[in-house]
Amino acid sequence: MSIKIDDKNFYDHVDQELKDTFMRNAISNAQDNLRGKKIAATTEDEPFGNWEEWRNAGEEIRRHTLENLDYYLQQLSENIAERGGHVFFAATAEEANQYIKEVVEQKNARNVVKTKSMVTEEISLNEMLEDMGCDILETDLGEYILQIDDDRPSHFVAPSLHKNKEQIRDTYREKIAYDGTEKPEELTVYTRKVLREKFLQADVGITGCNFAVADSGTVTLVTNEGNANMVTTLPDTQISVMGMERVVPSWEDLDVLVSLLCRSAVGQHLSTYVTAVSPDVESDTVDAPSDFHLVILDGGRSRALGTEFQEALHCIRCAACVNVCPVYRHIGGHAYGSIYQGPIGAVLSPILAGYEEYQELPFASSLCGACTEACPVKIPLHELLIRHRERIVAGEGKTKASEKLMMKGFGNMTSSASVFQTAVKAAPTLTRPFAKDGSISKGPGPLKAWTNKRDFPAPSKDNFRQWFADHKRGGDINE
Amino acid sequence: MKVSLFLTCIGEVFYPNVGKDVVKVLERLGCEVDFPEGQTCCGQPAYNSGYRKDAIKGAKQMINAFAGAAYVVAPSGSCVAMVHEYPALLQDDAYWLDKARELSNKTYEFTQFLVDVLQVTDVGAVYPAKATYHSSCHMNRLLGVKEAPKQLLQHVEGLELEPLSNGYDCCGFGGTFAVKMSAISEQMVDEKVRHIEETNADTLIGADCSCLMNIKGRLERLDKPIEVKHIAEVLNHHK
Repeated sequence: MSIKIDDKNFYDHVDQELKDTFMRNAISNAQDNLRGKKIAATTEDEPFGNWEEWRNAGEEIRRHTLENLDYYLQQLSENIAERGGHVFFAATAEEANQYIKEVVEQKNARNVVKTKSMVTEEISLNEMLEDMGCDILETDLGEYILQIDDDRPSHFVAPSLHKNKEQIRDTYREKIAYDGTEKPEELTVYTRKVLREKFLQADVGITGCNFAVADSGTVTLVTNEGNANMVTTLPDTQISVMGMERVVPSWEDLDVLVSLLCRSAVGQHLSTYVTAVSPDVESDTVDAPSDFHLVILDGGRSRALGTEFQEALHCIRCAACVNVCPVYRHIGGHAYGSIYQGPIGAVLSPILAGYEEYQELPFASSLCGACTEACPVKIPLHELLIRHRERIVAGEGKTKASEKLMMKGFGNMTSSASVFQTAVKAAPTLTRPFAKDGSISKGPGPLKAWTNKRDFPAPSKDNFRQWFADHKRGGDINE
Repeated sequence: MKVSLFLTCIGEVFYPNVGKDVVKVLERLGCEVDFPEGQTCCGQPAYNSGYRKDAIKGAKQMINAFAGAAYVVAPSGSCVAMVHEYPALLQDDAYWLDKARELSNKTYEFTQFLVDVLQVTDVGAVYPAKATYHSSCHMNRLLGVKEAPKQLLQHVEGLELEPLSNGYDCCGFGGTFAVKMSAISEQMVDEKVRHIEETNADTLIGADCSCLMNIKGRLERLDKPIEVKHIAEVLNHHK
């Protein structure tokens, strides 16, 4: 069980995805659209105030929470327990699944309904429940489409972003005997009918958790379809699964983070539903689950605590970084080989699953900083990618000996003006055999990868230092 | 005003003319320019590739080279952003940290220096062309220099400046990224080229030689007849 989506390596994924013109068009259109909506939601809503101040507040809340994570997790778990709920701290995906399995077995449950949740993707919960013989149903429309097509999410917020309506119609026809058209309204009405029947049969509801409010013992879900409310109200047994970092101290903090999340994710001021669920076993309320379980997963997160990667745990899963990343734009979500995509995926995946599996991802960035600029809680994403690179070249991953040697040579060259000048002067001579009309179109060695796609300028024969000395000796400034 | 030029390694090896244009513009604006001989490279290729120790070697060399400078000016937002990273790079070494801070505080990107320090937006340049401007990511985001180059270009006589769609997207250079992730980089620069073509500009202007090297290299490979100019070349063009 892991965050890994298949066994292909990164470069094979990239080759395959770059050929998928449909996916790439869909993603670039979605990015342009989401970016525009986000900008509108963060700059044109005057009563909201200054976006940068909200970001500062968001960063401060996340920093404070992560620096006091033990305190808030304990407070959360005590408040849940006090209201009759059960809390289980799972160190690993296996432990989380084992606990959920026992709850489902105790209930003799067959039918399970689920909300969209990254953390349950992370622990491959569906596979485990299927192996138990359960009928497990994803109730978020995008996730439902992926489930019947046996596919994985390619985007945090819009999991089936990579599919169009015709593809979805074909999948429905093939997998669930649908005979309608590709009209979104028709597909949605059909899905709604399927889901409604399943909601009524469900024995157990499983949700993720956008944020858990520590001082009240509440799990909150931020959604637009309302299906999460069916999951939390219809079955008597509810299991919520959260990554251990998804806690917020109070409702006031939640207000800030939800405001940042909705605007950053899809440019909404507020999502259609913000569902809050607390166990309320004794007061016998109509819509609270009579049996409530919260599974809090470490799953490798604690490896980042107290390190230069702690800020990666500030992530609120809004996908703002994904929505602006020029690399994601061209390779899509599946290329990352992880359920966590884009810049935050490239930072998180090696933390959660190690460099052995994900050592290419930190290099899949031009370090343009668009992600850092977009992040509503100010995670310095491009800097964290450099920190990963440092660890990888320091020996935690595999680095080519030739590259290490080259960088050592580079370091020596930059630390000596005379060596540097010798290199500058030698460059035109050394590259002369490859240069034609001032440019190189077929370069040797490390230049090859560059010149496969672009011309490379021939080093100039003109020496600036010589010119400058002449100029200072009396050259006309208008020469 | 005394100004020390940091030409950058890419400038020295490939674009000495950009250095000459920077010198001439600064001198026309009354600056006394010197060129500290000890300068090499800011160390960014090593730093961004994860070779922190090798980057520190270059950083110390640069700190010493510019120790006597009042202002350091470079025609590259990316290299200046790297110099601004020196205090973080040398944070564990009190002796070097102070010197790193000092260099960082006095180092400016060329257009940033003209607009923010010299307070000049019209340098008296004349450049008849229909152009579009590519804003480099490091200059724009890491250094926060967004408006200065545009303000300067708006005052260039004869220059018609077309907006570039998706100008916020990276051109795909990213130092070793262009080589290590060559296939992705190619798609990124191709999209940049498409957007440049859509402007119908005959000239692409930028303020960072490395990004321009990437875009120009691709334009040439695709046989696109679009001139590529560093902003210093445009600003030094006059009657």
